[in-house]
Amino acid sequence: MARRFLILVPYLWLLALFLVPFLIVLKISLSDPEISIPPYTPTLDWREGWAGFTDFLSQLDFENFIFLTEDDLYWKAYLSSLQIAGISTVLTLLVGFPIAYGMARAAPDWRPTLLMLVILPFWTSFLIRVYSWIGILANEGYLNQFLLGIGVISDPLTILNTQTAVYIGIVYTYLPFMVLPIYSALEKMDDSLLEAGEDLGCSRLSAFWLITVPLSKAGIIAGCFLVFIPTLGEFVIPSLLGGSETLMIGKVLWEEFFNNRDWPVASAVAVILLLILIIPIILFQRNEQKQREAEGQ
Amino acid sequence: MNTKLLSLTAVFAMTTAAVSADEVRVYNWSDYIDEELLTKFEEETGLELVYDVFDSNEVLETKMLAGGSGYDVVVPSGTFLQRQVQAGAFQKLDKAQLPNLENMWEVVEARTDQYDPGNEYSINYMWGTTGIGVNVGKVQEVLGEDAPIGSLALIFDPANMEKLASCGVHFLDAPTEMIPAALKYIGEDPDSHDPDVIAKTEPVLMGVRPYVQKFHSSEYINALANGEICVAFGWSGDILQARDRAAEADNGVEIAYNAPTEGALMWFDQMAIPVDAPNPEGAHAFLNFIMDPQNIAAASNYVYYANGNAASKEFLVGDVINDTAIYPDEATLENLFTTTPYPARVQRTVTRLWTKIKSGT
Repeated sequence: MARRFLILVPYLWLLALFLVPFLIVLKISLSDPEISIPPYTPTLDWREGWAGFTDFLSQLDFENFIFLTEDDLYWKAYLSSLQIAGISTVLTLLVGFPIAYGMARAAPDWRPTLLMLVILPFWTSFLIRVYSWIGILANEGYLNQFLLGIGVISDPLTILNTQTAVYIGIVYTYLPFMVLPIYSALEKMDDSLLEAGEDLGCSRLSAFWLITVPLSKAGIIAGCFLVFIPTLGEFVIPSLLGGSETLMIGKVLWEEFFNNRDWPVASAVAVILLLILIIPIILFQRNEQKQREAEGQ
Repeated sequence: MNTKLLSLTAVFAMTTAAVSADEVRVYNWSDYIDEELLTKFEEETGLELVYDVFDSNEVLETKMLAGGSGYDVVVPSGTFLQRQVQAGAFQKLDKAQLPNLENMWEVVEARTDQYDPGNEYSINYMWGTTGIGVNVGKVQEVLGEDAPIGSLALIFDPANMEKLASCGVHFLDAPTEMIPAALKYIGEDPDSHDPDVIAKTEPVLMGVRPYVQKFHSSEYINALANGEICVAFGWSGDILQARDRAAEADNGVEIAYNAPTEGALMWFDQMAIPVDAPNPEGAHAFLNFIMDPQNIAAASNYVYYANGNAASKEFLVGDVINDTAIYPDEATLENLFTTTPYPARVQRTVTRLWTKIKSGT
């Protein structure tokens, strides 16, 4: 009984914070826009009872989803978001892994301090941290002033409002989400495995590839998901640091919602985005489970 | 669980009610008031003022259409106000609570009447034009002494823009401002709602798009002021604020604003009270405070926008009332045009065109 209750809690959580909002969005995606409060029709009126409900259902249709297939803007934005999220995840991994590795290798006395340093930026608002990058990357910003000052460049570099700035912003913001899971995987690793490898004639580099990397795989995968998923729908970083050519689905969603006042189409875009995210996660989990079962046998 | 939820809502409702009695929440454009006025309002009325800002009509409109924004006073522009009135987002003003209405300027009221017939739902806060801000020194350096700084050709002729790209150009991220300007440039009706006519702006905007550093509706104030960019197509007062900030910083940047000689869009920002405002009485008090000639004059003197208050003119400083960029002379006034809201389907065409222009897709 106690165990059942324990399982019930996360399910209730999912129901209240995931399924119910999703159904609301799905409902809006099947309706039509209208100039009113709220700006779509039909709306569900509970007072009319069952008849009102069936009447409401009969007015819903998939028109907005069909609309999404008719304009190449949407799939291009989805693809471009996938690409930006993919590249950002790889970059974050390349930067984050050495940091996590260094932390795990550091003297045990130092580790809590290093961990603190990774977490510390969270104490400042995310928005302020992204804004401060504007000051650093601008044409007249600190980075250019510094580079001009030491004579590396003669003309200021244009970084702000380009794709490069978006990548810098994303890698910076999501770095802790990559570092922490990898660190926790590496910290648990038994150093004697490396020693055994070297005793058996393995070079340091191949010991790294054959022992350290596979043992931190769970952390790498968790880190990649933690970076990839939020980046895919990222809106703030590209709109503050990116230029006009940065096409991401978050921006398209914003435009449907704010510029077109078309909540139904905006909701349809959101539903598709969710499906795009959820399918690989489910496939990944199935795969993991199969592997675990195979190992168990 | 249901009862718990209900009682929770009840608690929330009670706290909002308790708070709202002596609190007025105002949602206005960014960089749009002399903040000393906010303290003055609190001192005079004893009400607590919560002042939030936005930088696009779209953000405000979405909050209005979602309902329950919690604001008592909001400031949409004319075309947006018109649609929101239609959606039932605002309440009619109780003119008995607004004795200062007598100060308003009938010339402006006659024009805002097209968005809000009879001015029943709104009062004018500020009005202005959309035009071209330039860093005079840099633009002349790039284009020569006779650079067409007052003409739409400066921003819509690729030959000029190609050269200006090196010193930085910002456009407003507002299709309802940029497309009428582009239509005016090619000699079409700027208020056209015909998708075929609107489509004619695509090659014009696409031709200069590669040279636009950013489409944004508020960053250009600082960017112009600190020399980061040399041209911005933006709102009159914002550019004049940039001019002022540059002069204060004494950084050698000289900013000038011109309403395009081809014709400029004239817009009106209207203060209105949402239909579900928690404190309509406080909202009326705020509106009445704003319509006090000295108060609105202080705001205009600070933000460099003209207001719709005739009685305030005697309190305006010389470089506001005498500046034709702010209070246009008769000749310029004739050259100004207004626009009306797009119907939903045309709006979609416009947004789609704008996305295409910004992202190339």
